[in-house]
Amino acid sequence: MKIVVDFDLCESNAICMQIAPDLFEVRDDDFLYVLNEEPGEDSRARVEECVQRCPKQAISIEG
Amino acid sequence: MRPALPEAGHLHRGLILSRDSVHIVGASLAGIRAAEALRREGFSGTIALIGDEPHRPYDRPPLSKQVLSGAWEPDRIGLTKPEKFDEIELDLRLSTRATAFDLASRSLTTSGPDGERTENVDGLLIATGARCRSLPGTDGMSGVHILRGLDDALALRADFDRGPKRVVVVGAGFIGAEVAATARGREIPVTMVEALPTPLGRVLGEQMGSVMADVHREHGVDLRTGVGVDSVNGGDRVESVTLSDGSLIEADVVVIGIGVIPNTEWLDGSGLEIDNGIVCDATMLAAPGVTAAGDVARWPNHRFDEVMRVEHWDNAIEQGVHAAKRLLVDDSAAQPFTPVPWFWSDQYDRKIQLAGRVRADDDLEIVEGSLEEHRFAALYGREGRLVGVLGFNRPRHVMQYKMMIQDGVSFADAVSAEI
Repeated sequence: MKIVVDFDLCESNAICMQIAPDLFEVRDDDFLYVLNEEPGEDSRARVEECVQRCPKQAISIEG
Repeated sequence: MRPALPEAGHLHRGLILSRDSVHIVGASLAGIRAAEALRREGFSGTIALIGDEPHRPYDRPPLSKQVLSGAWEPDRIGLTKPEKFDEIELDLRLSTRATAFDLASRSLTTSGPDGERTENVDGLLIATGARCRSLPGTDGMSGVHILRGLDDALALRADFDRGPKRVVVVGAGFIGAEVAATARGREIPVTMVEALPTPLGRVLGEQMGSVMADVHREHGVDLRTGVGVDSVNGGDRVESVTLSDGSLIEADVVVIGIGVIPNTEWLDGSGLEIDNGIVCDATMLAAPGVTAAGDVARWPNHRFDEVMRVEHWDNAIEQGVHAAKRLLVDDSAAQPFTPVPWFWSDQYDRKIQLAGRVRADDDLEIVEGSLEEHRFAALYGREGRLVGVLGFNRPRHVMQYKMMIQDGVSFADAVSAEI
């Protein structure tokens, strides 16, 4: 599983950081950083929730 | 192929109720996310998703921003990819309006392209949303708009494309504010009329309301506060607006953003309790086998000891998922729905986010940034508890304080926290 963020769409609402702080971090520069682009399968449900709840629909999963 | 049986661990503890079908009335955000959640939980029965608009489920937040500005065409706002619809095997019924439900006989009546139909339902999830309030005397007057659906946004955009001399926005709530910001982005002159002394002052408090007012004025909005609209004048087309202070504003476009009314009339006499929305218990159950979600649902949120109806985007998702799962478990396994409500609003170059439940008379403390630079996080406290956080271009802080609200942190501890 690979996390793909469309940074043209991302507006750093930080919902993903709330759901999976170990994978996503919005820093003081207001940009989103993906901390682990290829997390294990045990993270899939949480990443799927991030995909669903991203207000900009900027997150997708490959694989 | 989807699994016929739920995978272990997906459901809350407790019995899985065997249902043949779930009808979801309302095909917007809460409805589609509910349908997807049912499949994720392993539900293998029929799912009917019934919506009165002709469009497939689409995302509403871009309507007042990217769609209205002309940056995006409607094909960009679909909520779910077409192939996903096939995957979850929905009985998707568009242009179909639910007209009646009877709880005793569990019969649902709908009216659509194939005429009227009455059927028995097993599980029912109601997500019929809300509609905009209107101003009396404006029905059928061209140039007068509300903004709720895609068709509304395209109609308003068409009027913006004609290069209006002035747009009057009635109501400085979030929709009105976003429309004003988008119009200013298109260099259209805007007058915004707000009955309160400051925009959103009754919700956010006067100090934060003043910041909102400053942001609008800095972007060239002619903001009139503390006045109402006496009349909208014109013949076939709007020509002007008369305010309660007697002033007359010439306008060829008027946008009304004065709140919404939950869509519950079709449930009058249904046996469900209606009171400013569909009254649910703490688990989103309105009656046996009937749940509600989104703008239309009212429920006691134990986290805030408050009965609430929440019109936020994120709530529609979370509540849709919760209400869907609720249909699959018995009472003993049902979980209360206790979110910290959250929403965002993009206006000009500001991202405004609010988490929690705030009141105008809450304690208020700026913890990051400053009001002057319009980039800050403000905390709201009540009876020693942290109950809300408002951010202007502070998304990281809003989320971190939101988590503190979730964790029940005291106001004092939140104010002194280093984050």
